[in-house]
Amino acid sequence: MTRALKGLGAQLILAVFAAIALIPLVLVLINSFKDNADVLSNPFSLPTSLSFDNFVTAWTYGQFGQGFVNSILLTGTTVIVVLICASLAGYVLAGQKVKSWPAIMVYLTMAMTVPIQLFIFPLYSAVAALNLTDNVIVVGVILAAINMPFATFLMRTFFLNVPAEIEEAALVDGVNTVQLVRTVMLPMVRPGLITVGVIVGLNAWNEFLISSTFLQNPSDQTLTLGFLTMNGTFSTDIGTMMAGALILIVPILAVFIALQRFVVDGMASGAVKG
Amino acid sequence: MVTTLAPAPVSASTRPPAARRRNTHLRKRTLVNYALVAPALLLSIIIVVIPGILTLLFAFTDWSGVGFNVDFIGIQNFQDILADPVFATSLANNIKWLVLFLTIPVVIGLLTAMLLLRRKRIRTFYQVIYLMPYVLAPVVNALIWQTVIYNPNGGVFGLLGIQPPTAMTATSLYAAAAVDMWHYWGFLTIVYLGALRQTPVDQVEAAIVDGASGWKVFRHVYLPSIRSTLLLMGVMTVIFSFLAFDYVFLLTQGGPAHSSEVMGTYAYAFAFSSFEFGKAAAVGIIMSFFGLLASILYTSISRRELVR
Repeated sequence: MTRALKGLGAQLILAVFAAIALIPLVLVLINSFKDNADVLSNPFSLPTSLSFDNFVTAWTYGQFGQGFVNSILLTGTTVIVVLICASLAGYVLAGQKVKSWPAIMVYLTMAMTVPIQLFIFPLYSAVAALNLTDNVIVVGVILAAINMPFATFLMRTFFLNVPAEIEEAALVDGVNTVQLVRTVMLPMVRPGLITVGVIVGLNAWNEFLISSTFLQNPSDQTLTLGFLTMNGTFSTDIGTMMAGALILIVPILAVFIALQRFVVDGMASGAVKG
Repeated sequence: MVTTLAPAPVSASTRPPAARRRNTHLRKRTLVNYALVAPALLLSIIIVVIPGILTLLFAFTDWSGVGFNVDFIGIQNFQDILADPVFATSLANNIKWLVLFLTIPVVIGLLTAMLLLRRKRIRTFYQVIYLMPYVLAPVVNALIWQTVIYNPNGGVFGLLGIQPPTAMTATSLYAAAAVDMWHYWGFLTIVYLGALRQTPVDQVEAAIVDGASGWKVFRHVYLPSIRSTLLLMGVMTVIFSFLAFDYVFLLTQGGPAHSSEVMGTYAYAFAFSSFEFGKAAAVGIIMSFFGLLASILYTSISRRELVR
């Protein structure tokens, strides 16, 4: 009896915390279909009709078309640069193939904890002096550099799990290092590449401080920055704001749910920034 | 997959010419390996480390952020900042932030992770739900709360007749911290759950056979087993608490009347509102100093973990 009660209590606690996580998101969903009068009367009431007007307004004024293109360019740049550099470095560090590997590990640990605020001001001046602000590719590369230490660590742990015999056998067969990495090692760590790609991709897609500082020009703004500029004009129009929020939430949650195994595994390894 | 297993290479010492050939071969490999590790290191050095070092220098100047008109002014920036009451507020707010994040999300994370540990079938379902706020952008999360929850006109707080907590000096910091914690605690659940699952099953069973209560098993078996994870996440929390920026900047801009100002927003205002990059750099250094203390701790812990 007490066991059953305890089990019920546990289920209740888990459900309450699920509700805490979900209620704000449910509010977004139901209010995105309502006109402002309906929202103002009660944000918890269900929409009486299914109107997509809010989505059209949000898409236009948030410049979401342009925003999607910019966010994809930025995130794509970050993910590609990180995957190439971090997997190569992770391979070398896992195999302890250079004598100074412990020093490199210490460097990466320190670099992982360098706060953005310690380098953003001179970096901004340098990028501005080179006329490279308002360039999503540049921001993508900067975010790649910031994510590099943690991504390298994660790739290293994936390479550590590749049996040494496979690499030795390939070496005996006479392949060179580049062939070895490309045709033997990288396919072995494909789950690692997906994990790092998804987590770094989410980081880049969601990033605020660097993007908002370096991308001031409206035509270069990412999706989240476009949504932020909407806030000034539509702060009293809850329905439109929530429609905008939903447009931003749905693709991310779809990607997250589809790839949740990789995200959870990567985070459970405990090396991810909050 | 490579399936052919060639015979083991002949010992190098017995055949000198081959050994020499192998040595040059190895050296070439070493060079290639350095070339493979170089892009990651160079990118990090150019974008993070060199500007970081420049910040250390600019903190002692009156640099405005543009041009080359720079004067060395010693520790003037630091003196000005330490004498500024807004800085004292910011530092106190960062410490409040730290205390909040070291308690509330940690307790919720541990509680939910322990409850999910034995419930394999529903684990994935709850993990995905708990992580949903974590994978969304701070801009989205902050604007959701500002628009439909804190909003006095049409939001949940308006419905309840409560003034928006972001607009009152007594509650503004906590209003921003609440949204950040709402987005963050699920991440701790996942990290703690991952660590708890590494606990040796025989230890747990032995404790249960000995008649230990659920709390005792948690206290004496699970908690010691995830000690290093708790410590590591704790150190990370210390670092990020002193760097808090996004949610404060988005929800309160440090206001009203600097009541929710943290060092991150304080430094940002110097750089991009009043163009005092020297002062911004000085605040950046003070913020980083607290992070550095935690970072040294972190490095020593994770190196010990590596050796283990």
